[in-house]
Amino acid sequence: MKFFRVSALIERDMRKFFRSPALMMASMVFPLVQLVVLGYAFGGKIKGAVVAVVDQDQTVQSRRLREMFNGISAGPKTFRVVEYKSLPQAINDLRSGFVSAVVDIPYDFTQRFYQHNRPRISFTEDNTDQFVSSSLLERVQQMVNELNTPDVEPRLASQVDLNVVEMYPYIEYIKYLLAGSIAMSIFIVAMIGGGITFIDDKARGLHEGYLVTPIQKTELVMGLIGAGALKGLMAGFILTIIGGLIAGIPRLWDPVRLVYLAIVVLVASVAMISFMFLVMVRVDDPLVPRAIFGVLNTLLFFPSGAVYPVEAFPGWLRWISTVDPFTYTVHALRNLTIKNTGFEGIYKDVLILCVFSAIMIAGSIALFKRQL
Amino acid sequence: MNAIEVEHLTKKFGDLTAVNDVSFQVAEQEIFGLLGPNGAGKTTLIRMMTTLTPPTSGTARIAGHDIRADADGVRHALGVIPQAFTSDPELTANENMLIHAKLYGVPAERREKLIHDLLESVDLLKFREALVRTFSGGMRRRLEMARGLVHSPKILFLDEPTTGLDPVSRTNVWEMIRNMRDKSKLTILLTTHYMDEADKLCDRIAIVDHGRLAALDTPTALKDSVPGTDSVEAEFEDTPPDWLDQLQHLAQSAGVTIHAGVVRIASHDGPSTVAALMDLARVRHVTVKKVSVTSTTLDDVFLHYTGSELRDAAHGGAGYDISHLYR
Repeated sequence: MKFFRVSALIERDMRKFFRSPALMMASMVFPLVQLVVLGYAFGGKIKGAVVAVVDQDQTVQSRRLREMFNGISAGPKTFRVVEYKSLPQAINDLRSGFVSAVVDIPYDFTQRFYQHNRPRISFTEDNTDQFVSSSLLERVQQMVNELNTPDVEPRLASQVDLNVVEMYPYIEYIKYLLAGSIAMSIFIVAMIGGGITFIDDKARGLHEGYLVTPIQKTELVMGLIGAGALKGLMAGFILTIIGGLIAGIPRLWDPVRLVYLAIVVLVASVAMISFMFLVMVRVDDPLVPRAIFGVLNTLLFFPSGAVYPVEAFPGWLRWISTVDPFTYTVHALRNLTIKNTGFEGIYKDVLILCVFSAIMIAGSIALFKRQL
Repeated sequence: MNAIEVEHLTKKFGDLTAVNDVSFQVAEQEIFGLLGPNGAGKTTLIRMMTTLTPPTSGTARIAGHDIRADADGVRHALGVIPQAFTSDPELTANENMLIHAKLYGVPAERREKLIHDLLESVDLLKFREALVRTFSGGMRRRLEMARGLVHSPKILFLDEPTTGLDPVSRTNVWEMIRNMRDKSKLTILLTTHYMDEADKLCDRIAIVDHGRLAALDTPTALKDSVPGTDSVEAEFEDTPPDWLDQLQHLAQSAGVTIHAGVVRIASHDGPSTVAALMDLARVRHVTVKKVSVTSTTLDDVFLHYTGSELRDAAHGGAGYDISHLYR
């Protein structure tokens, strides 16, 4: 393999790339918009959900409970309390979607409370919306735990205490999503700047002009993949900086972290462009890459854990995650952007992406037709 | 030593035989033409010789390099200008030349001057920094011819070099081809379906039809091989059944054929044959709708050797058209 021929092809592609800012814009605008919109759409805490409270007891302890509910409304504002006189009416409104949950304080609540006879309140939730119902349940559970705390702490405690320590400060969802947006940007460059451009050039007959030269199959494949990887590196790294600023990543300009980020973005670019090349290597119709762009995007992006943890996936989806280069890209980028782990947190992902790339490149070279 | 030697080259695509046992040689510094309609197999033949398509059987040697055993040597020895435009429209003329120079390993110290001289020779020097997508078809073809010479080959293949160009551009390209052969001592093999191009440019012409080599000689010898020096074409009405037989015996007639309702009489003296024809028509009460006299052309040669006219075969042949992919 002669490197000067590989570099000639890379030079050709890069000259065209710099002359076409549209590709750079397309590869960054969509992921940035997705980052901002999804990041803020998904990342917020539940506020202002409507909870119906039916107090059938109307005595001291039930009033105390109602005050606790009103305290939540006034403070954290997780929910807003609406008092109902009739339980059936409240349940009806819950079914109709006017309220998100119904808290019923039964008529014998205070009586049981003083009798130490398992006083209970009921919490009826609309579990069609898991996000809201779980947030409301968590709040109400906290309130009940507070109610159950004795006024006088025993001198010798026999129950087990749980000390919870958060390793990192609160991570907004937009920071969580940033890694996926960077990976998306690399994918778009691989798809448009690699797959679609390659097929279009083939269809326009430009490849014939190169096949009559002494260029070898390996050199052609490496040149095209090399050019795609460079484009992916540029787009991915620029998005890392812009996205990092938007998401508020602290100490973004740490030079060591920037170097590791560049390594991950480069390795991910090689992995994605070589994957794209393998998919397109025998395709001649320019409509095919355009048709499968959306499907590939969905198949690669969502199973990667970019928007939701892989641990929550069913078994068959986890198999896709295992072979998906996005998964390792997102994991490595997240380790660097959120946890700032250093190389020990990314070396396995980098290694897997390198092995993946080698397999894709070998397959591309084997399948590439050097003749018409 | 011959610059190009083709031995029994055959190419089959399933049941279709695109090139059928073709053999010929091209001497050094010769301009050799492959003349035939679209779909005759010219492009397939040239693709085999330029290692773009593997042959089904047979072989060829280009500057001594076998296309099967030494494809790399063939590619180094050849400059190829394919039929479709292959210059990158998103690059400038200079960049197209530069990338190709690098692909061929032209040393860096030679590139600048070489590209300058080549662009000057094709009259594109002042457009060197313009994007190729702004070029006309003629300009793009000239650029590709310059690009094909960037590595100083001794053999140049041109596949339909003037297809799609206006008459002025065609003439410019012809001039360029002649200059290339004269100045650079090139051997040139070109394919064409234009008679005038083959006639004006080529030292020798091979007529290709349905994948076979029908005839091979100089343009003059090919025309001389056809009976008669003139061709009389006529259309008639109210002809008696023995009309064609009668025409065979006209003065100076060398043979009569009929094709698509037009009678063609090969003649040693066109005006004499026409006079005799008019007399005969008057006597036999035949209406002469149209009559014309021309000197024997390559179209007559093509008709003589293949049984069909070159222009008719051109309209019926398969085209090289990828525009359907962009609809």
